Amino acid sequence: MLTLIGVVIVVIGFALRVNPLLVVTVAGIATGLAGGLDPVSIISEFGRAFTENRYVGLVWLTLPVIGLLERAGLKERAQQLIGGIRSATTGRVLLLYLAVRQLTASIGLTALGGQAQMVRPLVAPMAEASAETRHGDLPDATRYLIRAHAAGVDNIGVFFGEDIFLAMGSVLLIKGVLEQNGIVLQPLSIALWAIPTALAVFVIHGLRLLLLDRRLRQQFGGDRT
Amino acid sequence: MIRLEAVYILAGLFFCTVAVLEGLDRGNTQRLRKILFWGVYGITFLFGAVLPAFVTGCLVILMVLATGLRDLKRSEVASVAEPRRRESAKRFGNRLLIPALLIPLVTFVGTLTLDRIRIHGIALVAHSEVTLVSLGLSVIVALLAAAGLFHQRTHDALHEGRRLMTSVGTVAVLPQLLAALGALFAAAGVGGVVSGIVNEVIPVNFTFGVVAVYAIGMALFTIIMGNAFAAFPVMTAGIGLPLLVHLHGGDPAVVAAIGMLSGYCGTLMTPMAANFNIVPAALLELPDRNGVIKVQIPTGILLLIVNIFLMYLLAFRF
Repeated sequence: MLTLIGVVIVVIGFALRVNPLLVVTVAGIATGLAGGLDPVSIISEFGRAFTENRYVGLVWLTLPVIGLLERAGLKERAQQLIGGIRSATTGRVLLLYLAVRQLTASIGLTALGGQAQMVRPLVAPMAEASAETRHGDLPDATRYLIRAHAAGVDNIGVFFGEDIFLAMGSVLLIKGVLEQNGIVLQPLSIALWAIPTALAVFVIHGLRLLLLDRRLRQQFGGDRT
Repeated sequence: MIRLEAVYILAGLFFCTVAVLEGLDRGNTQRLRKILFWGVYGITFLFGAVLPAFVTGCLVILMVLATGLRDLKRSEVASVAEPRRRESAKRFGNRLLIPALLIPLVTFVGTLTLDRIRIHGIALVAHSEVTLVSLGLSVIVALLAAAGLFHQRTHDALHEGRRLMTSVGTVAVLPQLLAALGALFAAAGVGGVVSGIVNEVIPVNFTFGVVAVYAIGMALFTIIMGNAFAAFPVMTAGIGLPLLVHLHGGDPAVVAAIGMLSGYCGTLMTPMAANFNIVPAALLELPDRNGVIKVQIPTGILLLIVNIFLMYLLAFRF
């Protein structure tokens, strides 16, 4: 049970809002020591995993471009564009993005999206602008809520779209694990059974997005259009 | 041939530039610690392939120590004021969207083609590295397009890059640190302990109960590890296959596919999946680090319930 000490440290540390980098590092060292690893191998493990996962950091390479475009007015352009569409609402914009993200991910195009590339420069400003055009100036708390929803839609779309694609890592992992346990399946039959959940999440989250629209209407009054 | 290492070096140079700009900004607070943090992060990218794991590990810990107990303060980086941005948006119009859309587009086209181009029989880009190399190229293409279309200088790109990078802040490296934590969890056998606990509460002969324990177990395990891929082999070999497939006769394709997706429900609800949940909150400048998780939790819970019923109906009734 002592090996679970790292989990406990993470839960307490995150709850108390201590610097997350420090929490994770301490949790890692504690878990390693509890599991009987010596300090040198624990630190080496940090180095190995950190280097092996450098690919996660490559998304930051997009920041100079995104920043340059923001400087030239990209966010404002996205807002002007959406402000010109009378039927656009926050919920509908996000619902459309959810559908596109799920569909493109389901045919393997997971690169068409992403938090730094799409959500920050385009999706979030558009979702915010649709609410502004309808309801006027928004309080900060509402802006943050809309932005959080924009990020959520990108995650949900890609998670529950990509599993329908045959060559995706998750389908191949499932196939591999089953094979190790003596069950041989075609990727197609695994991908097929990801469809019911994909449809269910689209309905559940889609409804929540439309409820978000209703909530904005109730909170900030009727349409200005 | 273009190797992934080249893209890592490019990223390393960017992080080092952030360190230099942080240092040159006289109005900045905690300058030394910020130089140390971004500089060391850059070094781990530049020399990651050649440094021994122990040295990189020491650098990582040095970087974490530089952030201190309360994390680094945000750097105030000025950009163009809003009225000027709005004016610029009117002037450039939809051309502003071109470089933004070039990033996903070039990544996508590159992923499909670059590993098939052969020069003297050697692939231009190795198949396993093609997506990330394409991402690197797409950034260069988009940057050139943006600079050309809107008459921007290199200096502006780096300045804006620093503005966004420091507004994301130190959580930028959290996903990599969590990967290290995941590796240590695995080495210390945390997976075995968790699946042991799950196995103790399992109602073996009650099919619906086993389905629920497997699906909820996948979600819980993912919440702890931050990654459904870490949970899946343990839970499936421990519960999914022996109980659901062999004992109760469930369809393995349904059990496995929906089992994995139950893990994804957990991914929506955990700060441990930092690159999906914590990093976007920083990127969108939300004051609440858990803002994204909070809007995802209702969907995560509802979908988990739906998954349990779907698995029960589809795996055993058809």
